[in-house]
This record gives sequence, C-alpha cells and structure tokens, in this order.
Amino acid sequence: MSLEYAKNDWYAVADIFCLRDGPRRTRLLETDITVTGPAEDATVTDDQGNRYPVQLKFDHVWTTLGDSPRPLFDIPEGDEEGRRRVPCGVVRVNCSPLRAVENFLDIAHFPFVHTDILGSEPHTEVSPYKVAIREESDEVWATQVKFFQPQAAKSAGDGIVTDYDYRVPAPTVAVLYKTCPPKPEAQDVIAIFVQPVSETVSDVWPWMALYDDASTFSEMAQFQHEIFVQDRSILENQRPVKLPLDPKMEIPTRADMTSVAYRRWLKKRGAFYGALRDGA
Amino acid sequence: MTAFTLYNYVLSGNCYKIRLMAGILDVKYDTVAVDFYPGFEHRQNHMLALNPAGTLPVMTIGEQVLTDTQAMLAWIALNHDPSGTWYPAADPMLGPLVQQWLAFSGRLTNSAGLAGLHSMLNWPIDGEAARRAAIKDLRELELHLTDRVFEGKTWLVGDHPTIADIACFPYVALSPDAGLDHDGYPAIRNWLYAVRSLPGFVTMPGIHHLHELREGADG
Repeated sequence: MSLEYAKNDWYAVADIFCLRDGPRRTRLLETDITVTGPAEDATVTDDQGNRYPVQLKFDHVWTTLGDSPRPLFDIPEGDEEGRRRVPCGVVRVNCSPLRAVENFLDIAHFPFVHTDILGSEPHTEVSPYKVAIREESDEVWATQVKFFQPQAAKSAGDGIVTDYDYRVPAPTVAVLYKTCPPKPEAQDVIAIFVQPVSETVSDVWPWMALYDDASTFSEMAQFQHEIFVQDRSILENQRPVKLPLDPKMEIPTRADMTSVAYRRWLKKRGAFYGALRDGA
Repeated sequence: MTAFTLYNYVLSGNCYKIRLMAGILDVKYDTVAVDFYPGFEHRQNHMLALNPAGTLPVMTIGEQVLTDTQAMLAWIALNHDPSGTWYPAADPMLGPLVQQWLAFSGRLTNSAGLAGLHSMLNWPIDGEAARRAAIKDLRELELHLTDRVFEGKTWLVGDHPTIADIACFPYVALSPDAGLDHDGYPAIRNWLYAVRSLPGFVTMPGIHHLHELREGADG
C-alpha cells in the first residue's frame, strides 16, 4: 500500500445535494472527516480539528489530505452549454477503489451483467480498440471502442452501435465519452469519482453530463443507479479483493487492454493504495 | 391502455414487487420515476399529497390511489389473474396464511431492507441492529421453507405461488447486498431459485436472470 501517494490526490467527498440536511460524517483513506456545507463554501475537517483544502468541481466537493497535492484534473465538456449535469449520489461498495475503476473501464461484461441495456447476447464481441498512456497529460485513454447496445442511454430508443472513449485522469476516477443518441455530433460524459474509504471499501459517486431534453432528472439518475448497482454484487465478490498488479495473477484477454494499461500506469506511478503489488 | 401507474424507484425492493407481479401476470403499466435517492423526492410535498406516509411505491388506478405494497399485489392478483391462484382470498385457510406472510414481508422490509439501505446508501440507521433482525427473519423463513420441503411443497402457502411469495422474495434475494449471504439457508436458496424460474420473471439490480444457468445445466 502507498497511503502517502494516495493522500496527494483529490477526492470527491460530498455532492451539492447531500450537505443540505447537515454535515456529512465520512471516512477518506482511513481518516474520519466531517464535510460541512453549504457545498459552495464547504469545509472539511478531521477529528483533531485539522482543516483540509476544498474545491467545488463537477457538482461535488473535493478534498485532499496531502501536503503537496497533484492538481485536480478537468472535464471541460462538462461545462458546455445545454448539457444537463446529474450528480447521482453515493453508493457504498465493499471493494478496492481500483477494482471499481477497472470495472467501469470494462466493456466485455455488458451483455452478461447489464443484459438488454448496455449489451445483449449474442452481440458479445469486443472489437479491437486503441489504448495509450498519454505522456503529456499522464492519463490512460482507450479510444475507438465500439459496442452494440440495446438501450445505450435513457434517451436511446432502439439498439445502436455505441462509440466509447475511456479516460483515467487519476487513480480513482474514470470518465467515459459515448455516443449521444439525440445529438450525434456530441458525446455524453459519464464518470465515477471513487472516494477510497479504505483499501477495500469504496464510496462511489457517479456523475453525468448529458444532452437529453426528454428525460426527467429522476429518470436519468435511476438509469445510472440501475447500471451501477448491477455491478455492485459482482465487485463485492471479486477475489483477491485488492487489484493485483502482477500480470501473472489475472490473465487478461485482448478485450482487457484498457485494464492492462491501467494496471501498468498505476504501477509506474506508484499508486498502490488498493492494489496487490506482488504475487502474495 | 395501461392498467395502472407505478411511482417507482429502480433500487427499491418494494417497487420491484409490483414490477415482478405485473411481469408474471403480463400486466402493462406506466411508471413515473421518483428521485428517492439522492433527491428524497418521496418526502416532498407533491409526493406527500399522494401518499402522506412518504413511502414508495405508490400506485394509481385512475383516480384511486394505493399506498401499501401488499395491497397493490392484492389488487393486481384480484384484477389480472384469471386462475385465481395468486391470491386465494376466499379460501378459509389459504387466504389467512397469505395475509400472515404478507405481514412477514413487512418485517423483512424493516430488517433486511433497511440493512441493505444502510450498507449501500449509508442510510442513517443502526445497521447492526437491522442486520441482527434480518438474520432472525431469515432463520424463521428458512425453518418454514424446510418444513415445506418435508411436505413436498415449494411455495410459502398452498400448492401454487402466491402474492406472499412475491412479497417476501425481494429483500431475501437482495440480502447479500447487506453482507447477509445465503450459504447457510439451503431451503431459502431453493425457494429463490423457484421464484426466479417463474415464467415472466423480471430482474432488478442485484437479482439476476437464471436462464444462462439453466441452459448451462441442460447443455
């Protein structure tokens, strides 16, 4: 584990809704903290009275426990006019924060876990796609990912071939850009911001920025809840609980290229919090 | 023409009871998505006007409003089950037994259901107390279903599945979400399998289809 490294990243610890009824008592990297609203002017303190830096971004309150934090990444598309931004609340999952991110990056499970929504049999093939670690931004990107989907979004009617780009801008954050059914020239943005409670417990904040004029906020948020909670029981049953970085421990296939790159990238950075470093 | 409107939250086991019963009896309905979480819309004025208790689901049949999940199951069965087996209300013994297990399903909502909300959405309740209550309820159900197996029966009551099975199914099936796995409850496992095998069965997040397993077993 590498707690010191993890402390210098920023993490979502509240959204713009959850502080309305009072402060949020929570845990980040095994430290108990209190997030006090309003979201626009939130404070984060620990039980010893230490106060941590705060910024409001992507409709969430972000904090860092480290002394020299790396900058918080940007999602410029989120600010585009006409998008509806949907913070979906928080879901607790008993899994490594890195397993939660890796699952979000995977396409091959769609027909089996998100049956008749994000995938269906017999359309199970994952076509070849491109994966790169972009040196200038130090991010993992998977591009030209194509998959047949019966109901790609709340705004999609019949099945379509959906184009995806995936991005990992920080060890516990994954962002995807996908075909936007009502606006073909644009892409919907969906992300998960994982708050690592510990190495084996995650609070996951899904967030979306969509072009969708037809659906209500409730419908869009429930679509995301349905998808995410379909993954939850599977995530909680993965063994080993921590994400193995030794390539011999879990044998990847071609469809897992994003995951392979993600694990390499974590290793290169020394982002070992939530990871299993050797064959042990 | 749809039969009713369901005010629905996709992760609610009680809402799922209605979707499941309607799926099995092939009843068409409309849904209104209610932002139970994170918006707590069920406690806002427009929803309280419909259901002062502030719970989900809510069902409207024209002007008529039903706010109790088990009453909704009864309505669907009495109006859309030509066989009359899903709710044998007039049978002098089966009718009361169905009522008893409907009441038990209410206990499950407050034990296993709350334990699930605590585990998944950090609901501000005593999670350990809910889990202890859930284990007690699961043991009681396991004992009953074991007795039923000795009698050569599959369902909670009588010879057919009833609304009592549907009412008790979701929070039992979802209990692993709260860390309460089914390993120690073989009779419950068999019964869950039987419910999932019913024609017209529909899923919810956390409760999956069986068909892949069945095809695998045959092939």
